Amino acid sequence: MTERTEHVTCTFCGCLCDDITVEHEDGRISSVSRACPNGRAHFLDYAPAPHLPRIRGEEASWEEALAEATRILNAARSPLLYGLSSASTEAIRKAVSLADRLGAFVDSTSSVCHGPTGLAMQAVGEPTCTLGEVRSRADLLLFWGCNPAASHPRHFARYSTTAKGRFVPEGRKGRTVIFVDVRLTPGARSADLFLRVDPGCDFEVLTTLRALVREKPLREQEGVCLGGVSLGVLRDVATRLKSCRYGVAFMGMGLTMTRGRDVNVAELFRLVAELNTYTRFSVIPMRGHGNVTGADQVLTWQSGFPFAVSYARGYPRYGPGEFTAVDLLRRGDADAALILASDPAAHFPSRAAARLASIPTVVLDPEESLTARGATVWLPTGKAGIDVPGSAYRMDGVPLRLRPFLAPRRPSDEEILGRLLEEVAP
Amino acid sequence: MIRIRGGRVVDPANGVDGEVRDLWIREGRIVAPPPEPVPDVEVLDAEGMVVLPGGVDLHSHVAGGKENLGRKLRPEDHREHVRPREGSLRSGSGFTVPSTFLSGYLYAEMGYTTVMEAASAPLFARHAQEELEDLPMVDKGLFITLGNNHFVLEYLARGEEELLRNYVAWLLRATGAYAAKVVNPGGVENWKWGRNVSSLDEEVLSFGVTPRKILSGLAESVRKLGLPHPLHVHGINLGQTRSAGTTVDTAKTLDGLGGHLCHLQFLSYEEASEGSSLFRSAASRVATALEATTLSLDVGQIVFGGATTMTSDGPLEYALHRLTGAKWINDDVEGEGGGGVLPLSYDRRSRLSAEQWITGLELFLLLRDPWRLALTTDHPNGGPFFCYPQIMRLLMDRSYREEVIATLPPKVRSGALLPSLDREYSLSEIAVITRAAPARILGLRNKGHLGIGADADVALYDQVFTDGTPCRCAKYPSCRRALSRVRHLVKGGEVVIRDGKIVKEVSGRRLCVIPPFDESLEPRLRKQFSETYSVAFENYALEEGEFPHREVVPCSKT
Amino acid sequence: MGLRLVLVTGRTLEQAAGMHKGKCSEEYRAAVSRGEIAPENLAALSLAEGGAALLRTEHGTAEVRLFSADLPAGLLFLPLGPFANTLVGDETEGTGMPSFKGIPVEVEPL
Repeated sequence: MTERTEHVTCTFCGCLCDDITVEHEDGRISSVSRACPNGRAHFLDYAPAPHLPRIRGEEASWEEALAEATRILNAARSPLLYGLSSASTEAIRKAVSLADRLGAFVDSTSSVCHGPTGLAMQAVGEPTCTLGEVRSRADLLLFWGCNPAASHPRHFARYSTTAKGRFVPEGRKGRTVIFVDVRLTPGARSADLFLRVDPGCDFEVLTTLRALVREKPLREQEGVCLGGVSLGVLRDVATRLKSCRYGVAFMGMGLTMTRGRDVNVAELFRLVAELNTYTRFSVIPMRGHGNVTGADQVLTWQSGFPFAVSYARGYPRYGPGEFTAVDLLRRGDADAALILASDPAAHFPSRAAARLASIPTVVLDPEESLTARGATVWLPTGKAGIDVPGSAYRMDGVPLRLRPFLAPRRPSDEEILGRLLEEVAP
Repeated sequence: MIRIRGGRVVDPANGVDGEVRDLWIREGRIVAPPPEPVPDVEVLDAEGMVVLPGGVDLHSHVAGGKENLGRKLRPEDHREHVRPREGSLRSGSGFTVPSTFLSGYLYAEMGYTTVMEAASAPLFARHAQEELEDLPMVDKGLFITLGNNHFVLEYLARGEEELLRNYVAWLLRATGAYAAKVVNPGGVENWKWGRNVSSLDEEVLSFGVTPRKILSGLAESVRKLGLPHPLHVHGINLGQTRSAGTTVDTAKTLDGLGGHLCHLQFLSYEEASEGSSLFRSAASRVATALEATTLSLDVGQIVFGGATTMTSDGPLEYALHRLTGAKWINDDVEGEGGGGVLPLSYDRRSRLSAEQWITGLELFLLLRDPWRLALTTDHPNGGPFFCYPQIMRLLMDRSYREEVIATLPPKVRSGALLPSLDREYSLSEIAVITRAAPARILGLRNKGHLGIGADADVALYDQVFTDGTPCRCAKYPSCRRALSRVRHLVKGGEVVIRDGKIVKEVSGRRLCVIPPFDESLEPRLRKQFSETYSVAFENYALEEGEFPHREVVPCSKT
Repeated sequence: MGLRLVLVTGRTLEQAAGMHKGKCSEEYRAAVSRGEIAPENLAALSLAEGGAALLRTEHGTAEVRLFSADLPAGLLFLPLGPFANTLVGDETEGTGMPSFKGIPVEVEPL
């Protein structure tokens, strides 16, 4: 008998669309409506049937697998807990608790995503807003170094360029859309203005924009990098930014992953803050994973710091560049890892992935990801929002309740981490 | 059963002022002494100690969206202030913005057992409730902000009183909240267009209502719903030279409808001289005006040193950013207002800080009735909550107060009223403003006192006075240290702190209200919901399981 | 006849779709080994659409297929994934973030 659940929250990306309708029968999802291709696959490709855990690729019982996981964690002198970003908030709370107990490092996928954004926020602050404000008020949108068409496909329609709102009833026609990137992406094609910037030159362009917004007298000079953009074009952009009614910038990996990283983001945040002298302007980082913002929040409220935490001395210490996962692996400072809800084997630089493969790992993942395939212990848990309850935080910090619609046939991350908390040595 | 034996009990709500007497506890409550001997009584020896009800903080920012932005913003605040894990107690960090477990432990160690999280936008209530789950040791509740809420503004504009009342009830239930809060009513909506409000009769853009109407409309709704705590108000013009004037006007507007004016120190300034942009204390004017009403207030005293400002007053935080250049967070929340965070420092050499410090103390010393008053710092806006004992000492010990006044800028000292105020609070009065009054103001009948039936939240401090007579603070070292840290703490009838150390971690209860509500509102709300919100109506409200250890405080029938 | 280009890695819908199919699937491999460059760069390498090329950065090498796209000359786009990962180093300049974009890369037709 087909059952139908509405207002389901998809946890694939930071959009956290909560208007998904799912049809399911006999414990299997049969159809999904309204979701983007990523969301559809997120639901339809999940096989909820229970799976036995694996120890070194061989099937084992849950008790055996948990015992081996406990042994690995107890034997480790400097374990790393990494990932967190697609798990429920409740699971993340248990993971941080486990890290505190073990004196472990704990880092989320932020470190290879919006970690630099967090560093920028800590340096200069962040004027932001919720996505509903964008839809409701924003008459100018500035997309810098991000490609929502690929990373957050429903963003434009649900929240930004084409969304209609109380004070922008005309939707797209009531907005100026500016894209800035090193290449013309699909979203940039339908922008009102596209600025192509040379790779690694965003900082120069941003700092010039700041000067133009403040009406500093500037002139072009031979040999000075402006990222391939002319001063005239930037003057026009500065004018548009200052004369809108409510502007919102979105930023992504184009700023965090390129030369300058957090310094680039800080420059954008400063620009946004300064625009509030003339108008109202906010910025929203395009957080990638469905609950990476939740990981950020939990780590912060429990330890004081959003990522790159070490509990090795018995209290939380913050060390971006030192306690971040890739750095720990490069220096050989982690001697075991528990990976929760992420796939570093597929996403880390290969040297870091190789280092990860060389230490004992306990992986909690509903899917047999690349990391799970190479794990010492793979614990196939349920999937947040499908057969696991809890909450998740959207890219703008709005916390949403997950509405699981399948009866759980697998243990949840929260349950497994709870067991590990009981079993590991204090 | 627990017997607290031989301590000096200070329980002003029940007229007990330093008598040596025993307290009996069973099943989480204070009970009458058993008529016959009872086996298995745990005796907590309180000889030489002062026994107070557990402290009640009715306005603090410890859990939620802004609070966590404050933590994330300020790693520099945490690095030097860490607490290692100990047994099953969690580690933590932070000074002005401590992590949640640490906050709970610090409150308990200070002898506080009830804390109210003073502001969350309803859309972020789920976040606040999740953090409160990780705030151990204290009973807690949440205030939700309504003063810039689109549904509230619309219903007020259309004069739909019943709809407004129903909506407020629905919202309190949907968020698991304890009370209704208003922050800069209308001003934060205007801020979304770069403006603010400066008078109670200025119109809110696009909605056509005024701050005065928002205040009276919401106060009336709260009153009719019979909520235990009246409308909790952070007024307009906070920090401005015209604030005292609007505070007096606000008080007149709310008198008769009920209201609690929070961190009033920040709203009690007047021009230092005609046309000046500098302010000075107008505490005397404000105190006189308040005494003519039945309203309550908490002071929001500043403490010299570092602070982190975090309020739902978006334009205020921006103004602070323009003034100081400090790193600034703003967060506009769809349909519900917003807020911001900014690090700040109060320096005794600065005229502005000195005036603020003076204003708060003048409010404490001029208001004659401690029962309408609660001691707060609007943590962490005015300073960290663990500085409360320092303030208690300033109120109890005039010579200490004079020592500090002497360090202030001469121009400020010479123009101020404070140096001439020689009142000293008794220990009993301190117990009123830190326990009995906040409990009563909150409508928590079983808290803030040690009478029979009260919740067994009991703080035992090493003796404050040396000569055996009650109620006068003796020497600085013994007084301040004594009130800073409990010797023993009983929470909900269990001994949780023994000899200054936490021996048991408890989760504390979630105080909330379930006001009467007409379900016919829901279809109407559902239809309009998507105009304002980017989340589905079905996913907005919290479910019961989302805030465990719930204790529902009844509304009164009106 | 190699070219020096700047490598930018990033997300594509095809890479994500392949990911859902499983990272060992053909679709995934095809998606994440598909590089894009400007038509004039493809021509300069004497490669046809989908021609094989060897990419080399200071961190490693990868064999990919190159296609023309609307890109400025001098830029090479490769989706996130195991091919890109061999070309990205694990230095983070004290931030935790490796250099996933803006890497100098030598391209040789195969």
